Amino acid sequence: MNSDIVSFASLAPAYPELVLAVASLVLLLVGAIINKERVIGITYAAIVLLLGLAVYVAITPSEGILFNGVFIADGFTRYMKTLVLGASAFALMLSLPHAEENGTHKYEYAVLALLSTLGMCTMVSANDLMTLYLGIELQSLAVYVLAAIKRDSGRATEAGLKYFVLGALSSGMLLYGASLIYGFTGNTNLQLIVAAIAIEGRSIGLIFGIVFLLAGVAFKLSAVPFHMWTPDVYEGAPTPVTAFLATAPKVAAMALLIRLVMDALQPVTGDWQQIIIFLSIASMVLAAFAAIGQRSIKRLVAYSSIGHVGFALVGLSSGTAVGVEGVAIYMAIYVTMTVGLFAFVLSVRTDAGPVETIDGLAGLSRERPFAAAIMAILMFSLIGLPPLAGFFAKWHVFLAAVEAQLFVLAVIGVLASAVSAFYYLRVVKVMYFDDPVARFEKVPGELTAIMAISGFLLVTYYFTVGGPLASVAHAAAGSLL
Amino acid sequence: MGLEIGLGHYLTVAAILFTLGVFGIFLNRKNVIIILMSVELILLAVNLNLVAFSAHLGDLQGQVFALLILTVAAAEAAIGLAILVIFYRNRGSIAVDDINMMKG
Repeated sequence: MNSDIVSFASLAPAYPELVLAVASLVLLLVGAIINKERVIGITYAAIVLLLGLAVYVAITPSEGILFNGVFIADGFTRYMKTLVLGASAFALMLSLPHAEENGTHKYEYAVLALLSTLGMCTMVSANDLMTLYLGIELQSLAVYVLAAIKRDSGRATEAGLKYFVLGALSSGMLLYGASLIYGFTGNTNLQLIVAAIAIEGRSIGLIFGIVFLLAGVAFKLSAVPFHMWTPDVYEGAPTPVTAFLATAPKVAAMALLIRLVMDALQPVTGDWQQIIIFLSIASMVLAAFAAIGQRSIKRLVAYSSIGHVGFALVGLSSGTAVGVEGVAIYMAIYVTMTVGLFAFVLSVRTDAGPVETIDGLAGLSRERPFAAAIMAILMFSLIGLPPLAGFFAKWHVFLAAVEAQLFVLAVIGVLASAVSAFYYLRVVKVMYFDDPVARFEKVPGELTAIMAISGFLLVTYYFTVGGPLASVAHAAAGSLL
Repeated sequence: MGLEIGLGHYLTVAAILFTLGVFGIFLNRKNVIIILMSVELILLAVNLNLVAFSAHLGDLQGQVFALLILTVAAAEAAIGLAILVIFYRNRGSIAVDDINMMKG
């Protein structure tokens, strides 16, 4: 159990976190010293660092349990950390164009994003209720500030305030659950909790603790019925910030949830399964119907992301290695789609500023055919049409549910997916068949590049990244169980 | 024969404090400061729980956890108040009913 830290090399499994922690402090210092005109360099440095760390984590197989058992690194954390670091890097890239307007030109933006990413990596590697809490708080506290980073905007500060209040409530619920689990098992370490549950069996206090803990994590994942902050925060926060908090923190929260239920709560699978199935069905169904009435693009994306969390939870509901593999693949494809989607949202502008409503996209295909085509691909992929990546994402999770005999869940999932096709297709219809109402501005090069990468990966998924991704996800799920 | 104060009493008090905190967030329509106070109440309920369990189990981990929560709660209050200040500068009010620019 105890790890002895005898040398610097014995810290190897925690190198990514240590580098992130030191780098964010150094960049904060540098940002305070250098010229105002050059602070954008801090963001570039952060992007390079995150991409470098993502590659480092992906190719370095360093595993182990550190710091008295509170920190774990294995194949599963490697997969999830690569995803988190990559998603953060791309979300930061999205903050470069129109930075002044979004308030993301300050160097604090990149530093806070790095600190948040450090929190996410800690969440992924958490092997103890304390690390889990500290990771979640580091991630959340930084993101609350990011949401309100445009200090002179009423909507952004309102988004920050709402996010803060509901986030603090969810942390409180999570902690209350953690305290009950500690009290009724006598341990905060996840492996020792499994052992304690296996010996003593389940008690009513433990079940209460699990419910509170999962409710807290569901808040962070924005699963229904803990989703009410999502549309408001997504709409109010500056778009690059929304892109950040729709991608990496979701992956980290999902990784944490998987570690928690598949590892610590393994002996009480039947109990947590009911909760996850409920969250999953509620998220899929509510998102499918609530999104239909939305006029704002960012609110639509918010409901879409709630729905996708529901689909990912279908895989986890099965409680099997196949399910975990499905969720891992789902999150990778979800991140790819979401990054592309936000690159599109940021790129569509008229003389009057960014287009925020779906009706504002009218006639986009005539003036910006490339952006419109990518958006159409993204929409078809979000629906889950073959041969796009979104289809394979859903295929993996539904397959896991069917193999675990959860037929009703799978059928509800497919039906919710069909309903959601309505609002995704409406966007395509507005772009291609409605008459233009305004002239659209030219799209910045970096956004075009990100959209092209996202579109390419989604279209060619089956022939290029699909196979390798599935085998990596398989290995990741295997190392967890 | 005096009344023995045991684990159950502490847990009951903590549960009441927790419930008060949650209701304080949802039922209060007046002031965001009251929400911040409710959040503190929730965190203190958790601390009470942890320390009571820690004493009952004869295990120090609960108290370590409680210390970590105290530290993070301080950071959380600082960030909450900072966001509240910029909100007030934009809107000139911190009434809960005024947090209504976005709906749907």
